[in-house]
Amino acid sequence: MLTAVLFWLFGVSAVVFGFLVFRLDSMARVTFALLASFVFVACEVLLLGLSYLGVVIVLMMVMEMVIMAVFMIMYMMNPAGLMPMAMYHNKPGAMSVSLGTFVVLATGTFLVDWPESRGSRPSDTTKALGESLMGPQMLTMMVLGLVLFATIVATVVLATHRGRYDRFGDDLRARPDDPVPGGVRR
Amino acid sequence: MNLELFLLLGSGLLAIGLYGALSQQSVVMLMMGLELMFNGLIVAAAAFWYYVAPVAEGQVLIVVLMVVMAVEMAVGFAVVTAIFRARDVDMTDMAADLRE
Repeated sequence: MLTAVLFWLFGVSAVVFGFLVFRLDSMARVTFALLASFVFVACEVLLLGLSYLGVVIVLMMVMEMVIMAVFMIMYMMNPAGLMPMAMYHNKPGAMSVSLGTFVVLATGTFLVDWPESRGSRPSDTTKALGESLMGPQMLTMMVLGLVLFATIVATVVLATHRGRYDRFGDDLRARPDDPVPGGVRR
Repeated sequence: MNLELFLLLGSGLLAIGLYGALSQQSVVMLMMGLELMFNGLIVAAAAFWYYVAPVAEGQVLIVVLMVVMAVEMAVGFAVVTAIFRARDVDMTDMAADLRE
C-alpha cells in the first residue's frame, strides 16, 4: 500500500515538474523543475529496488542541472523571467505530435501482452551490476569509457576559442590574413 | 504498481520532452526536452528490468542511458558554444542551415 502511494506521488510529481519546465519563466526555476523531475524519477527507480542506480541518478542530475543553470543564464535572453516572452514555434503542432505519441504509447502499453518475468531478482542488485560490468559486460563498459573520453576531447575542441593558430578560419584555401607575414616567403 | 503504470509514466515524460524538443526556440530548452525524453526511457528500462527480465544486463542498459544523457548534454552545450561564438546564434530557427 505504501509503495503504491509513493509510486503515484513520485510519478505525478515527476510529470508535473517535467511540464513546469516549459511553463515557468525564470531559467533558474526551469532548471530546478527539471532537477525535481529527475529526482522523482530516481525515487521511482529506488522503489524498483535499484538502489545504486537511483542514487547515481540523483547525484549525476544534481551536478548536471547545476551546470545547466549556468548555461541557461548565459545563453537565455531573459534569464530571470522578469519580462516573460514566448520563445516557441509551432506550439499547436508540437502539442498535437506529443499528445499523439503519448496516446499511441499508452494504447500500446495496455494492448501488448507483456511476457511473464523470467528469472528471479538478485538479492543484491548493486553486486549483480558490478559483477556484470566487470565480467560479461566489460566490453560495454570499455566502449562507454571511450565514448566519454571522445566526448571530452570533442567538447573541448568545439568550445574553445580559436586562437592565433587558427589563421585560416573556415576557408582553408584562402590566404591567412596575418598582420606580420612569417616563413621564408617561398 | 505494475509494469503498465511505469510504462505510462515513461510515456508521459517522453511525450512532455517531445513537446519541448519540438516547440522550443532556445537550443538549451530544446536540450531540456531531450533530457526529459531520456528520463522517460530510464523509467521504462527500470520497469522492464523489474517486471520482465531481472538480469544484470537490464541494469547495464540504464547505465548506457545515463551515459547517453551525459554525452548529449556535453556535446549539446559545446555545439551551442561553438555556433554562438561563430555566428551569434542561440535559437534553433537561426541555425536552420540544413533546411535551406
